[in-house]
Amino acid sequence: MAMKKIKFVLNGETCEWEVKPWRTLLEMLREDFQLTGTKEGCGEGECGSCTVIMGGKTVNSCLVPAVEADGQEILTIEGLAHGENLHPVQEAFVEKAGMQCGFCTPGMIMSAKALLDENPEPSENEIREGIAGNFCRCTGYTKIFESIQAAAEAMKGGK
Amino acid sequence: MVTFYRRLPKMGYVKPGSLEEALELLEKNPNGRYRVYAGGTDVIPKLKGRVIQSPEILVDLKGVSDLDHIDFDEQKGLYIGALATVRSVETSPVIKERYPILSQAAGSIASIQVRNRGTITGNICNAVPSADSAPALLCLDARVLLYSKNGGERTVDITDFFKGPGLTVLQPNEILREINISASPENSRSVYIKLSPRSRMDLAVVGVGVLLTKTNGTFRNVRIGLGAVAPTPIRALKAEAMLEGSEVNDDLIINAARTASEESRPIDDHRASAEYRKMMVEVLVKRAIHQCL
Repeated sequence: MAMKKIKFVLNGETCEWEVKPWRTLLEMLREDFQLTGTKEGCGEGECGSCTVIMGGKTVNSCLVPAVEADGQEILTIEGLAHGENLHPVQEAFVEKAGMQCGFCTPGMIMSAKALLDENPEPSENEIREGIAGNFCRCTGYTKIFESIQAAAEAMKGGK
Repeated sequence: MVTFYRRLPKMGYVKPGSLEEALELLEKNPNGRYRVYAGGTDVIPKLKGRVIQSPEILVDLKGVSDLDHIDFDEQKGLYIGALATVRSVETSPVIKERYPILSQAAGSIASIQVRNRGTITGNICNAVPSADSAPALLCLDARVLLYSKNGGERTVDITDFFKGPGLTVLQPNEILREINISASPENSRSVYIKLSPRSRMDLAVVGVGVLLTKTNGTFRNVRIGLGAVAPTPIRALKAEAMLEGSEVNDDLIINAARTASEESRPIDDHRASAEYRKMMVEVLVKRAIHQCL
């Protein structure tokens, strides 16, 4: 079946690509672009480990046909840092030990970033809401909440 | 043995630029050759799991312009387009103010990631008995506008829309274009209560929506919508009739809640027993009515 030509912005760089219509955005990111930071957990939109930001909004990339990336701006965990400088959310997760095995972390950080972009000073409840779609089986979430709070603190003043 | 596939079945993809174009495809659609989707949050997992027949071609509605509208007009009421996401309905200021029950129900669905993609129309077209938006739409007397080729158009009351688990009156050549809700009665109050073991990322074990107006100490415009306790989302009509026009008192509320519970026809499944669901309908209807007073 026909390949579809798509053009999109991936982590700030314009890409032109050809994809089969039955491939998901997650498969394209991991297999074609080797951006393996984004993980596949459940593959059906329950766990959030494949979370990326598309058009400014978090989506489960396992549920998005890759062709839909056409004309969109996509941000993955690889696009957060500037060279050696980690994004404040990443920095906070390192600082506060907001991870153990690390599998949920990329998705968790993308959700946290989207949350803080929309709401720079979230309450603990709002943080819980914001990452409700991201499952972590290790941490018990406490360290993750602390990391996001610390990131919010660090990002004050538009950093 | 159940095989779990992680990949989508091989299929084509088209993105029609207009509703007419999409309807044209559906008109000649032998054996489900085309499958329409909006957000894909229900269709994609079902296709991956081989739960539904794989179409030859997936039809992405998102190319149709002017279908993601949420418009409010004092006379005509609210219009929600087929492509309006659950998240946009949840966060819409006019819905929050005028139809809080709908914003509440939308906000209780899955996760932000899913709500950013999934649509309210998709939620009702998928027609699971536990669809969170359904009790809210039942309470709001919503109507759905179904379109087919050559200007074919019909309006169906939400009470007649659901036919069974996963089944609706939507024909294979039709697309649900928009949902219409009248301006809700002055001073009406409403609430949606969702019972589930986890507060997020879970399906309703029981979903209860109540909308009512209290005028001079009597109940008016009472609506009780129930989810996950019958083959389709239902209204508790007998309980509504008991309350309508009656004076507000605790015994009446207790009786009405019991009647609503008797009207429900839940099943036993891995989420809860029918017995438990029935008991919870009573508890939650009572609670919801009290919250609306």
